[in-house]
Amino acid sequence: MLSITGLHKGIVLDHIKAGRALAIYNALGLNKVNGQVAVIMNVESQKMGRKDIIKMEGNYEDLDLDVLGFFDHHITVNIVDHNEIIEKKTLSLPRNITGMIRCKNPRCISGIEQELPQRFMLTDPNKKVYRCIYCEEIAYSEE
Amino acid sequence: MKHLISPLDLTTEELDHLMNIAADIEKNPDKYAHICDRKKIATLFYEPSTRTRLSFETAMLNLGGSVIGFSSADSSSAAKGESVADTIRIISCFADIAAMRHPKEGAALVASLNSGIPVINAGDGGHQHPTQTLTDLHTIRSLKGKLDHMTVGLCGDLKFGRTVHSLINALARYEGIRFVLISPKELRVPSYIREEVLDAKGIPYEEVTSLDNALPNLDLLYMTRVQKERFFNEEEYIRMKDCYILTMDKMALAPKDMLVLHPLPRVNEISVEVDSDPRAVYFKQVQYGVYIRMALIIYLLELEDRIC
Repeated sequence: MLSITGLHKGIVLDHIKAGRALAIYNALGLNKVNGQVAVIMNVESQKMGRKDIIKMEGNYEDLDLDVLGFFDHHITVNIVDHNEIIEKKTLSLPRNITGMIRCKNPRCISGIEQELPQRFMLTDPNKKVYRCIYCEEIAYSEE
Repeated sequence: MKHLISPLDLTTEELDHLMNIAADIEKNPDKYAHICDRKKIATLFYEPSTRTRLSFETAMLNLGGSVIGFSSADSSSAAKGESVADTIRIISCFADIAAMRHPKEGAALVASLNSGIPVINAGDGGHQHPTQTLTDLHTIRSLKGKLDHMTVGLCGDLKFGRTVHSLINALARYEGIRFVLISPKELRVPSYIREEVLDAKGIPYEEVTSLDNALPNLDLLYMTRVQKERFFNEEEYIRMKDCYILTMDKMALAPKDMLVLHPLPRVNEISVEVDSDPRAVYFKQVQYGVYIRMALIIYLLELEDRIC
């Protein structure tokens, strides 16, 4: 059994769908942070069968966790301080997403305009529908 | 600073205001002849257009202003690879307002986000063409005296026709509008228009394939061209393009006060013999387009205080 020690201070992302941890690692830009990060994949879970977990040691006040809602709002976000969970964050669908998904419309300006960020806006929260802000091409939450 | 990127950027109150100015321009053109003295419009047309570009240029000239611009991407710095953002930043130093047509969807929005002057979307690919919608609305209001409580028939290419989608969106904001969507099954309005506009707002509509059966109940018939460039397959285009041709025989089935509109250019979907019917208003529509673009330029340049 693989053993990863607990956190003194940081964030634990739990109940990530198995196999998605690396996509989330990249989406949050965790390759650019200074603190220690553990990506644990394919962990046995009573609830999910298999799941992934990401543990981040350090101070992440500026980290934009809203984007997690786009991937999967069932992910549990535990804020840890002095080895204790002091807060559990509930995720909701982010209103805007920048630089996470590409517009699939070949006629969209975002495909040719240099350094134009790919931006999507939540237009139907019930159906989890996002639309490209430039051409209104549809995209769905990745859940 | 205001821009016009989508027809829904304007509230119905703002639309009324613009159409009131346009109606006054029609009655008193001299009053408006110098409102834009020393002002310049840049017409940035990355793809060919006759009516829309000349309509904008005529509108500005009628207001006493002047015109700069280009009429194809080849004659612009886009040919050298310049971005839309950079182009509009530069044009902002030359002109007071810009009208942009671009083949890529969302180009006008990108321009507006980087512009120091008001930007008017003069067509961004198959996406939006708001001044065509303003033209349609102003034509209907001028000739029908209202924009509500009407049965509106839309005929032809309802799948790819951006003018149809914009007009549905715009008219859906008025009370008592009922749509009859007349098209071959292959060219029906996209599901998102049905679901997100018509169903979501509870607007009554029916989808039919027969123009003849629909005609007797219409207050308005909006004809569209089956555009060759929207098809991947030429055989498919040839099979579809003759499906819905409006002739005098068909016009005999329509009410005496029904209006026929068309965003133009027409290919063969309206027989030339219909042109002389007083209900055929598609050429008047072009004139109304100039009036409403004049009103829009005044509004976006915030020059209404110059109206005597």
